[in-house]
Amino acid sequence: MADLHFELVTPERLVRSEEVYMVVVPGTEGDFGVLAGHAPVMSTIRNGELAVYRTQGAEPERIAIEGGFAEVNEKGLTVLAEKADAAA
Amino acid sequence: MASLKALKNRISSVKSTQKITKAMKMVAAAKLRRAQSAAEAARPYSTGMAAVMASLAGRVEPGPQSPKLLVGTGKDQVHLLIVCTSNRGLAGGFNANIVKAARRKAESLIAEGKTVYFYLVGRKARAALGRLFPRQIVHQYDTTEIRQVTFADAQAIAADIVERYATDGIDVVHLFYARFQSVMVQEPVGQQIIPIPPVETREGQGAGVPAAVEYEPDEEEILAELLPRNIAVQIFRALLENAASEEGSRMTAMDNATRNAGDMINRLTIEYNRTRQAAITKELIEIISGAEAL
Repeated sequence: MADLHFELVTPERLVRSEEVYMVVVPGTEGDFGVLAGHAPVMSTIRNGELAVYRTQGAEPERIAIEGGFAEVNEKGLTVLAEKADAAA
Repeated sequence: MASLKALKNRISSVKSTQKITKAMKMVAAAKLRRAQSAAEAARPYSTGMAAVMASLAGRVEPGPQSPKLLVGTGKDQVHLLIVCTSNRGLAGGFNANIVKAARRKAESLIAEGKTVYFYLVGRKARAALGRLFPRQIVHQYDTTEIRQVTFADAQAIAADIVERYATDGIDVVHLFYARFQSVMVQEPVGQQIIPIPPVETREGQGAGVPAAVEYEPDEEEILAELLPRNIAVQIFRALLENAASEEGSRMTAMDNATRNAGDMINRLTIEYNRTRQAAITKELIEIISGAEAL
């Protein structure tokens, strides 16, 4: 299965741009996981953590984000956040 | 003709001025590089934001319940001009050009019978605009403490603007800053940010995109959250461009100043040498004619 193209952008820089397996996004109306081929969605996000799964079953990488929104389109997932902190 | 001593003093004073302008040029060049990379780093976000805005704005039908930030108040009587300038001078025509652009806009609006207010960001616009429009400056946002513009600064300004927009009966907001084109060219621009000027919908592209995007929460709520953020992004971009333009402009100005100082030193040195030679010749003539007289 094709990988999901994931971009995390803050006003100050492009934090991530890579191919991953799945990302769990903290939406305002609940968390949702995005895999490749997800239907187009636009959602605002609440302050919380993005969980980035590089491969299936791998330990997720957690990135704390604040304010913004996520857009899923045919090109992949783009998260526009005001702040992003990779909690190593 | 100036005395030898006076010329020598002039030369050394011009030399020390040249040292200062040269150092300022170096500093500006270093800062410019940083400002430019900051402006570039911010680009993906604003492009992403613009794309989302465009796709949303095309989907929401403007109606009486639409957010004011998008459709405006329906009037265009009261205009607020946000003028972004630097805090320091010695940057060539940088501040003067921005102020000039803002002033021209203000004058044409006033000539049409509109009310104009100014919102200043940075210190340098105050002197020029304060003299012309002393009553119309509503606020000056102090940026003297800011070294590197962050998004939080832009957000603070945007929040202030949005609040004033909601409470002070302002109809249209314009943003003035200098767009960075190259080190030599910085173009002052004025841009309307509230209400958002209608996006040109490209028919060919719009038709291809499936309308099956799910919105969570619905379009209007997203839009309501997005609009103030979009203004912050616009202001942030303006501030970054301004920072780069300022350093570029300063670098050019200081480069010119250094070159002028060099020319001046050359001229003064020639004059110094001529004066010295004339003095020696005069002394020789005096000695020779003294010897002949014996």
